[in-house]
Amino acid sequence: MSAPVAPANETFDCRVAFAEELSALAREDERIVAVCNDSVGSSNLVQFQKEFPDRLINVGIAEQDMVGVGAGLALSGYIPFVCGASPFLTGRALEQIKADVAYSQSPVVLCGMSPGMAYGELGPTHHSIEDLSWLRAIAGLDVIVPADPAETRSAVRWAANAARPAFLRVGRFKVPAVTGDRPFTFGAATTLRDGSDVTVVAAGTMVSRALEAAEEAAEQGVSVRVLNMSTIAPLDEDAIRRAMTETRGIVTAEEATTTGGLGAAVAAVVVTERAPVPMRLLGIHREFAPTGATAFLLEHFGLTAGDIRQAAIGLARADA
Amino acid sequence: MLVADPGTAAAWRSFRHEFAEAGPERRREMLRQRANESRTTDLHMIGRAGLGHVGGDMSVLDILTTLFLSVLRVDPEKPEWADRDRFVLSKGHTAGALYTTLAATGFFPAAELDTFAGPLSPLNGHPNRVKVPGVETNTGPLGHGLPVSVGMAVAARLSASSRHVYVVLGDGELQEGSNWEAAMTAGHRRLSNLTAVVDRNRLQQGARTEETNTLDPLDDKFRAFGWDVLEVDGHDHLALHEAFTAPRGERPTCVIANTVKGRGVSFMEDRVEWHHKVPSAEQIVAAEAELAR
Repeated sequence: MSAPVAPANETFDCRVAFAEELSALAREDERIVAVCNDSVGSSNLVQFQKEFPDRLINVGIAEQDMVGVGAGLALSGYIPFVCGASPFLTGRALEQIKADVAYSQSPVVLCGMSPGMAYGELGPTHHSIEDLSWLRAIAGLDVIVPADPAETRSAVRWAANAARPAFLRVGRFKVPAVTGDRPFTFGAATTLRDGSDVTVVAAGTMVSRALEAAEEAAEQGVSVRVLNMSTIAPLDEDAIRRAMTETRGIVTAEEATTTGGLGAAVAAVVVTERAPVPMRLLGIHREFAPTGATAFLLEHFGLTAGDIRQAAIGLARADA
Repeated sequence: MLVADPGTAAAWRSFRHEFAEAGPERRREMLRQRANESRTTDLHMIGRAGLGHVGGDMSVLDILTTLFLSVLRVDPEKPEWADRDRFVLSKGHTAGALYTTLAATGFFPAAELDTFAGPLSPLNGHPNRVKVPGVETNTGPLGHGLPVSVGMAVAARLSASSRHVYVVLGDGELQEGSNWEAAMTAGHRRLSNLTAVVDRNRLQQGARTEETNTLDPLDDKFRAFGWDVLEVDGHDHLALHEAFTAPRGERPTCVIANTVKGRGVSFMEDRVEWHHKVPSAEQIVAAEAELAR
């Protein structure tokens, strides 16, 4: 078991790592292209465009076209990274994602930029909290949520090589480095901290908060395991089953709706086992966010380290 | 994945060779005969399956026959050949017409048509590229084929390939906004390696297009989006052939093919109820007699 990784103070916008890695890959492989919807700036593709002007296809504000064009490129031997703000990419082009990408098995890498509530004050129209739920329901589509810049780089590289229909959630809300030297491993949860009382299964922005929560819970005598579930679909069911036998309860934490997202995915594994364990699902429960910055909204919806700690301790003590 | 039928593929190659050598009237007769054979095959297939989109199939079959039997640079025995022309049937509900055409080209054995829409058949009610060679992308929901074709045309440009992308759109389908997003992109990028063929039969599932949501003036619409537009009789094989192969300018080309839904079967022609009605055994016999003329 690796040593626990302490959350550092410095925080990062994962789009930067995403864009740097994409440009690096494009230098190595001329099949790499980017498709975007007037989001050269917000998808951090300025450098890519400068270096590879012909390989950046900006279709303008037209997400259905964007995903279809990506599929056409993929079906012609290219490796398209289709980049757009996650709410519009997933919401507007959902049928294209289903039919042109997943069902057609066209190896498009869908990059949902600034997901969750990253566009805090812009409001629910610009939030992407439904994406995990929608996309997890689509057969043959990998759903990946990197937790920090290093894992984002690693996931981008994996996606370019895997040539599978995939969705990558690329965070804008700044997060600390938490994954250390553990590369993204498709389909596998990584244990960032071991523990024996309760397991917290977290993804994306929630991972660093889960680690903080575990640290604080330890001070109160509760041992919390933290799993970074960066692949939401297909889910690492074995890691969930181990958590069920080796700890006594599971908390899930996601910056997304709990209706069909990570929590629902984990719960579906838990309830079909012979001896289910109690769970707490942290996330957004079928509500549109009020006005506020991202940090405020995370607090509003009970997605702070303190909330996670409280849920974990609650489960540990309820069962004691 | 189905595999090619070498015998039919060889016959198809001979046909192409003969067509290339033939004069106009012979060419017209060659394609007319093959299109009507496909119509008959399609009617029997729909009758057997008890479902299908017969009106649209009859409407689009002259377009498909002309493309596959005299235009497209494809090889049914090498369906993955990188520099093949690409063909996308955006109006995926006329999969029956596509399947009969692909079988006539030799992409898979014609006997497979007997399984159309049956349990576990590769020949689903809408085409699936993973199972059927010659199908380039899965269509069915309308408004998907043109954006994907634009991506294919952009890819051909990036690869400096001379391959051409042909996409067949239903006219009613043009009510889907995604088409116009893609039309704008194709015009903006001057994708002269892209041809969109509109099967302009003026009927959609429930009513006439112009009574539902007006499409005219369709030529002006495409021109305004930066396309060259050709308008032809969609049942005149020579006119279609010429429109599909004429030298291209610097813009994408839209071929508005004026067609009749149910074409070739008098009691189906231009009648909205034949969108997806299934002909009876007697009706198939009557239709076959008309098509054999």
